[in-house]
Parts: sequence; C-alpha cells; structure tokens
Amino acid sequence: MSELVIQNVWKEYGDQIVLENVSLTVASRAFVALVGASGCGKSTFLRMLLGQEKPTRGTILIDGQPMPAEPGPDRGIVFQRYSVFPHLTVLGNVLLGKEFSKSRHKAKLFGAARRNAVEEARDLITEVGLSGTEQKYPVQLSGGMQQRLALAQALIMKPKVLLLDEPFGALDPGIRAEIHTLMKRLWHETQMTIVMVTHDMREAFTLASRIVAFERRRDRPEEKQRYGATITNDISIWPPRQAGVPSIFSPDRDGPVAFLGHRRDDLALSGESNAAH
Amino acid sequence: MRWINTRPGRGTQLALMLFPFLLLAVAYGFGSAARLAENANDKLLPSLAGFADAIDRMAFVADQRTGDYLLWSDTRASLVRLFAGLGISTVIALLIGMAIGMLPYLRALLSPFVAVISMVPPLALLPILFIVMGLGETSKIALIVIGIAPTMIRDLALRVLELPREQIIKAETLGGSSWQIALRVLLPQILPRLITCLRLQIGPAWLFLIAAEAISSDSGLGYRIFLVRRYLSMDVIFPYVVWITLLAVVTNYALDRIRIVAFPWSELETQG
Repeated sequence: MSELVIQNVWKEYGDQIVLENVSLTVASRAFVALVGASGCGKSTFLRMLLGQEKPTRGTILIDGQPMPAEPGPDRGIVFQRYSVFPHLTVLGNVLLGKEFSKSRHKAKLFGAARRNAVEEARDLITEVGLSGTEQKYPVQLSGGMQQRLALAQALIMKPKVLLLDEPFGALDPGIRAEIHTLMKRLWHETQMTIVMVTHDMREAFTLASRIVAFERRRDRPEEKQRYGATITNDISIWPPRQAGVPSIFSPDRDGPVAFLGHRRDDLALSGESNAAH
Repeated sequence: MRWINTRPGRGTQLALMLFPFLLLAVAYGFGSAARLAENANDKLLPSLAGFADAIDRMAFVADQRTGDYLLWSDTRASLVRLFAGLGISTVIALLIGMAIGMLPYLRALLSPFVAVISMVPPLALLPILFIVMGLGETSKIALIVIGIAPTMIRDLALRVLELPREQIIKAETLGGSSWQIALRVLLPQILPRLITCLRLQIGPAWLFLIAAEAISSDSGLGYRIFLVRRYLSMDVIFPYVVWITLLAVVTNYALDRIRIVAFPWSELETQG
C-alpha cells in the first residue's frame, strides 16, 4: 500500500557529502524512527522523502513509483514548528487540505460541500482531542495543542506516508507522553506508514516498530568533508509492534490505545482558558 | 527600583502624552506674544486670534474669485491625488511584491531591477514627468507612485520570503497548487503587513504630493502653502501644516484599525 524503497541514496552539497550510500526498505504501515547525532543528515533524509530535496545519486520509490520531485498530498508532514497557519482558525487549518483538493480556483468551499468537509474536519479535531477549540487561532493554543492541530491537518489528506520532523521535541515531558498516546492510537487506526526523526531515544523506543540510526563512520575533522553519514544500526523492536494488532506481550504498552478521557493538555472543561502562556 | 521597571499609570501616561504638545503650544504662545509686543504687525509668529481669523477666512468664507471654500477645495484636490497615488502603489506592490516573493524566476527577473529603481531619487524625475505627462493630475499621481511603490514592492517581497518555508511545504503536502497557496496561505498573511507598509508610506506620499503641488498646480494644500508664502502669511501656513499633519495621523490610525478588525489574528500574534 505505501512501501518506501530507498536505494543507494547519496546527498552532497557541493564538496560536502552529507549522506552516503543509504539503502532502506520501509514496509507498509511501519513506524520507523530515525535517530542519530545532530548534523548527521537524518533531517536531510526526511526532506528527501518529503520531496523538498533531491538525492544527488540513488532513487527513492514509493509503492514502486519514483518519488515526485516536490511535496505532494501523498506525504504528510509535521515539523517541530510552523506547521500550522497562524491566519486560520483551528477549523480553518484542518479544512484547508479539503478546500485545496475540492476547489481548484477559489480554494474555498461553500454550501453543502463545505458542510460535509466541516463535519469531517470536526471529527478529526475531536479525534486529536481539540474539540471546543474550533474557532481559536493557533497562537491561542499551547505548543502541544498546536502539534495536535498539525497532525489533524495532515491526517485529513489521508496521506500514504506521514513524516514527522522532531514533532514533539519542544514539548515538556508530561504533554509529550500524552501526545505519544495519541500518536500510537493514530498509527493503529490509520493506514499510514510513519517516518519520524527524533533526538529522543526513549521516544523512538516507545513509539516505533523499527529504529534506524544514522552515523558518520569517519568523523575526524579532516575526514568530515568527504565522508557522509549512513545507516549504522537498524533495530526492529522485539516483541514486534504491528499497526492495528494488539501486542500479546504487553498490550498496555504496545497495543492499540483506548481513549483515556481528558488529559492535561486537552481543552479545560471548566471553560477557563488554558491557552495562557 | 530600576528605571527600566518603573511604568506610568493610565493617568500619568495620558499626561505624559499631552505634555510635549502643550509645551510646544506654550512655547509658541510666549514667542508670539514677545514678537507681537515688539511689533504689532509682525507676520512671523501670528497670535491665536490671527489664526482664528485666517482659518475662518479659508474654511468658512467663499473665495471671491472662484466661490470655493479654499481649505475644503484644497483638501479635496490633495486627498484625491494622495489616495489615487497610494491606491495605485498598493495594487502594484501587492501584485509584483507577491510575485517576486513567491516565484524564483520572477525574483531573478525583477528583484534587482526594482532595487535599482527604488534608488532613483523621485524628485529628480519630476521634471521628466511634467514634460512627458503634462502639468495635470497624472504627473502628480505618477510622482507619488514612483516615489513609494518600489519601496513597498521590496518590503512586501521580503515579507513573503520571511514566511517560514515550513508553511509553504505544509501547504504543498495538503495538495495546494501555486495559485491556491498564493490565495489562501500567502495573500491573507501579507495583507496585514501591506497595511502596515502603507501606513509607513503615508509620510513619503505627502512629501511627494506637496513637492509636485508646489511646483505646478492650481489647487491643493501644498499649492496653497507655497502660494501664500509670497505674502509671508504664516497665519495660513501654520493651520495648513497642522491640518495636513492631522489628515496623515487620522489616515494612519484608520488603517491600523482596519488591520485589527479585518485580520484579528495579526493582533493576537503581536500580543502572544
């Protein structure tokens, strides 16, 4: 359905080799975490999957087809920051993808088409735990809520692949744990293949079904320029995690997660705003 | 307590705000009284009564020759030119600025050209405009446009480029085409900045307008000031200057209100 095949990919900026000879096959519905030191090219690698950058050599296939040279609706993205549009409300942000695909010239929906899209958007907003905030602007939301919004916004396109570029790096630990629960649930319930860049080993091992480590094999100052990073470790989590399949070993940790009620980062029920920050 | 941490209350703030204006008025009053005591016919610093008389003559008594109320006909003539110039510049700046900011090809084509054009001193072009377009309204409006449009184009193009790249990538992953992204992502975020940019250009626009009116015109606030200068009519010049300032201040304030009402999120952002 959404298999990624990366074959002998190199990335060079002028003389500087960033990635050398990276080959990786990501199975459909896998959850791959890319880890490695800063500046080892894992974000560059993600940008190539996104289509924002082209490999210098090698090919990237998605479902057997060469990756298009620019970002498209089959690959969703959540960045660490700036993933949501500040001039649109929560609802407007989630609707935007629908409006782009349904209305070519005006990029805006009216009447029944809009009502259907709004309904779908509201379902997603509820799904990520943001119901009640539909009319708020992103600046009125906390960091964790903004990332939930970015997820909902990407999910409405039903992308084959969801790319996450250190999406939860700027959140504090409590909020991060809650959004991890959401992330797991989404992975189990949707059909997406997920590739996530992270600095946080714990996060990688909590969420992913497979962990891929990038590293420079030669890192002496005089070698830095001419040797890039490549995959040095490729660990599949044991016991295996599979999307949509409850884990028999530790269902509470690895299985699909049930909705656990309101959390700290959800909208306050008492009506008091928790957006003050 | 450190000075950097002491803040005025509301009343103090109001008093502080008014103080420089009052100081200026009082200083003028003393200067004027001193000069008039020495020479009752002094024209340089007229008294308040002199101003009232001049304002009454300009604003509420019809001109004997034309039958117009001069202050109002001058104001109308100037504002038509000013707003025509500002409007045309805004449209040009929005179209070209967005195009330069969005499309690398157009950026390569136009960005250096606009940068050079914006360095041409507009007043040096005024004789050319008068020769080519005649002495009518066109040349005056053209001067305003030439004076402020290049700056506005550069400012808007920079604003578009300043928007985080992530936003545009995100819009692409939502399936947006170039046109759709321009319409729904870039334009709405640029409009509040366009208004701010316009506010900053009100000053220069008045400068170019008055320069053009001073040299060749038969009406307008700038024309009147330079006309009565021949008779040393400070009693007319001062009120006209105050009136022009007032018009500029009101325009500035109105534009900012429009921004806040039309783009509430832009105000939230600055508070955040």
